[in-house]
Amino acid sequence: MIANYGYKDGSGEYYISIDTDKCIDCAAGRACLEACPKQMFEVITDDYDDEVVWVKKPNCRTLAYDCSACKPTAGYASLPCTLACTPGAIKHSW
Amino acid sequence: MSATSIETTVETMPAKKEFWRWQENVWVDESKDWKSAKLITCGIDVGSVSSQAVLVVDGELYGFNSMRTGNNSPDSATNALQGVMDKCGMQLSDIHYVVGTGYGRVNVPFAHKAITEIACHARGANYMGGNSVRTILDMGGQDCKAIHCDEKGKVTNFLMNDKCAAGTGRGMEVISDLMQIPIAELGPRSFDIDAEPDAVSSVCVVFAKSEALGLLKAGYTKNKVIAAYCQAMAERVVSLLERIGVEEGFFITGGIAKNPGVVKRIEKLLGIKAMETKVDSQIAGALGAALFGYTLMQKQGAKAA
Repeated sequence: MIANYGYKDGSGEYYISIDTDKCIDCAAGRACLEACPKQMFEVITDDYDDEVVWVKKPNCRTLAYDCSACKPTAGYASLPCTLACTPGAIKHSW
Repeated sequence: MSATSIETTVETMPAKKEFWRWQENVWVDESKDWKSAKLITCGIDVGSVSSQAVLVVDGELYGFNSMRTGNNSPDSATNALQGVMDKCGMQLSDIHYVVGTGYGRVNVPFAHKAITEIACHARGANYMGGNSVRTILDMGGQDCKAIHCDEKGKVTNFLMNDKCAAGTGRGMEVISDLMQIPIAELGPRSFDIDAEPDAVSSVCVVFAKSEALGLLKAGYTKNKVIAAYCQAMAERVVSLLERIGVEEGFFITGGIAKNPGVVKRIEKLLGIKAMETKVDSQIAGALGAALFGYTLMQKQGAKAA
């Protein structure tokens, strides 16, 4: 399942997509949890009883601001979360 | 002015007509007898604007109640369930399993389990539209969800926008009140125009409201303004749908599914016709929750607390 967390508003589209099929048996030891400087990720049991990572609810509405410190304009060549997620489950839409 | 004269003035003021108020529904399948059922499960969907209680008897839809959400989730859940139980003479002790869903799902006092509305809408749409349903659009009271599911109603892709009320039922209620036209008439009236206007440009309900006022002042008829708003709403939700990928087997749930002004415009933009159902589109979430409860009872032998 592809779970898209985020929003679209007048300023643009801001979604973090998590491919739960790649996330269930995480080969990276849930490295994303520590990699995110804002600690936005959290392990939950989803509706189909799988343990997966999601973006915490409060962050879903403020992604544009929360993630700005990790974007290229802040000096990052790649996002810490996507870099830590070696199975490639995490993607940003912007 | 004395307190007494203020009270008198308030009493003599005509009650403000609520144009946004939509039809609440209670329905029970009179052809079935729940007393002979093996399993009775219930789904409660406490949304931001409406609450639904659905009763499923041996895996089949038996009855539902759809009403406006009150000022707290537990009472709304209780009232919704009580409404349908009163209609068929059932009691809470007769129900084997209750699943809560919607934004108030964790506040359903008698629920055994809470499941997100994403999964429940997919399951409900699968029941209402059959196993060919693949793309689901839920236009809720204050959020909008685009869901892709498989032939069993299991979610394969979803996104939810609950930050902005554009493209939601609340937005339509605001326009209904602004135009002073009952909400059920908005859709049909949006087609009673000479030429299709451009969509209102703002994606924000607050700004769309002021833009609508501006259009009225510029000489637009009410119907033309409604058409412009319906078009904006359609464009808004289509952009969300395109993000998850639209596939044939398109099903719309939620209150806006009853508004042809929006539905027809979405169909035109997507080039796909939405599937039709005889069941109230607003109960999809609660129905899915009740069906989840039925499956849980069957698979795990879950027992009511």
